[in-house]
Amino acid sequence: MTNSRKNRLKDKGFEYLGVACSLFGLVVLAIFIGDILADGLSRIDWDFLKSLPSRKPEKAGIFTAWTGSLWILVFTTIIAFPLAVSAGIYLEEYGGNGRWSSLLEVNISNLAGVPSIIYGLLGLEIFVRIFKMGNSVLAGAFALALLILPIIIVATREAIRTVPPSIRAASYALGATKWQTIWNQVLPASMGGIFTGVILAISRAVGETAPLIIVGALAYVPFAPSSPMDEFTVMPIQIFNWVSRPQHGFTVNAAAAIIILLLITFVMNGIAVYLRNKWQKKINW
Amino acid sequence: MDNHILESKSVNVYYDDMHALKNISMKVEANSVTALIGPSGCGKSTFLRVFNRMNDYIEAFRMDGEVLMEGKNIYHKKMQVDELRKSIGMVFQKPNPFPKSIFENVAYGLKIQGIKDKEFIQNRVEKSLQQAALWDEVKSDLNKSALALSGGQQQRLCIARALAVEPRVLLMDEPTSALDPISTAKVEELINELKQNYTIVIVTHNMQQASRLSDYTAFFYMGDLIEFGKTEEIFRNPKVERTQNYITGRFG
Ligand SMILES: Nc1ncnc2c1ncn2[C@@H]1O[C@H](COP(=O)(O)OP(=O)(O)O)[C@@H](O)[C@H]1O
Ligand SMILES: [Mg+2]
Repeated sequence: MTNSRKNRLKDKGFEYLGVACSLFGLVVLAIFIGDILADGLSRIDWDFLKSLPSRKPEKAGIFTAWTGSLWILVFTTIIAFPLAVSAGIYLEEYGGNGRWSSLLEVNISNLAGVPSIIYGLLGLEIFVRIFKMGNSVLAGAFALALLILPIIIVATREAIRTVPPSIRAASYALGATKWQTIWNQVLPASMGGIFTGVILAISRAVGETAPLIIVGALAYVPFAPSSPMDEFTVMPIQIFNWVSRPQHGFTVNAAAAIIILLLITFVMNGIAVYLRNKWQKKINW
Repeated sequence: MDNHILESKSVNVYYDDMHALKNISMKVEANSVTALIGPSGCGKSTFLRVFNRMNDYIEAFRMDGEVLMEGKNIYHKKMQVDELRKSIGMVFQKPNPFPKSIFENVAYGLKIQGIKDKEFIQNRVEKSLQQAALWDEVKSDLNKSALALSGGQQQRLCIARALAVEPRVLLMDEPTSALDPISTAKVEELINELKQNYTIVIVTHNMQQASRLSDYTAFFYMGDLIEFGKTEEIFRNPKVERTQNYITGRFG
């Protein structure tokens, strides 16, 4: 066998291996989704979305769970977005290359790798106890905001970095100050990337359970929250709670709730992809 | 020439250890076109950016000497750089419109000065686009994205954008090098018109362009200002052999 023939064989071999690996992931996901759909799809109706929790599986619904998740997401975003975007701008535009900013940078990358339960413990100590927020939506949102800060900071910095220097130069040459240039040119041009990062971050937050359990999200709350200081539960906790019940009816409920949660995540990822494509098409440097 | 608006006095520029401009003293006559010529890397762009302090953003940049605009040192501590740039506009080598509408591009300079008067902005945008010979082509869709324009139109838009703040001086760094011949002709025509009211300093690689457009020509070579004078004289009988060789295309 000649060398080039051998190489071609290796090439083909690797290609098939790659296809097999990709298929593995897809097949597992498909089996999982298929199984969940078979179990839970028929359980989903308006009543399921509108009902409060109950001891009887056929009467129980996810109203408190999805409204709780929504409250948490909204407040997490409100807290994390301005903080993370400002931090991203600072690091990228004002931080320079000094020791202080490289220290910050290393720490932010480290934060991204900290297990989420640690954020829960931090949230419990700082927000629940020191700031006396109690087991509230607000405390949970603060804990999750900490968790997703690094994701949005990194996305912001990357988005800012893709703005070509020629755009800044044009702005400066017209007499714009640094802040005017950032506000009027750099930020609008990076918004696509920033939003993509925000949405990916929130779709991570929507599936988080551990930090919220520690901050005190409850497995059972009788009513949906009506203010940020109320007690709450979220979708993943509700699912976990149902899965651990012995009755078959609750397993079906859990499957149905998982479908809803997956749907939320898919939709958010879809929006992120859509925003990214739309912005990339609009700004073709 | 006593009606000069810009003057560099013994300007030295360094990028780290590299001596990019060596002791340059030169005066720019008001309401005229001054061409900076010379082979790549000789310091033309650097010298152009000295006048609106755009080198300030380059980390390795260091400078000594004085640069005067109407007798005032623009590198003085108290100089407001953003004010300076309102009177010294710049057009870049590659068209660099903002990813916004045509209107917003031209209005940007006014907006950042805090001007809110809609009618005033509207009029100034129209006037600038007319000066830049772009008005007729874009008047029906000022809200279209500037990125949808052709390269030549984009460059004229960038000229309009610079003119909208009514600068006294226009610095142009090889403004036609990225354009096709027809667009180049349009921009050259434009420069000829503009010199009535503006002082123009233009970097160019194109000898015909320099001789067609400019009143004064400065020839740079490896960071030195080799020769400076009236364009006719530089092109008809240069005093230095190296200038002669460059102009006639014997090296480049
Ligand atoms: N940002 C920079 N950092 C370091 N060196 C630079 C920078 N810009 C230009 N130079 C150097 O300075 C010299 C002059 O460059 P430039 O002014 O761009 O020349 P020209 O416009 O005549 O081609 C070149 O040797 C170039 O490599
Ligand atoms: Mg140059």
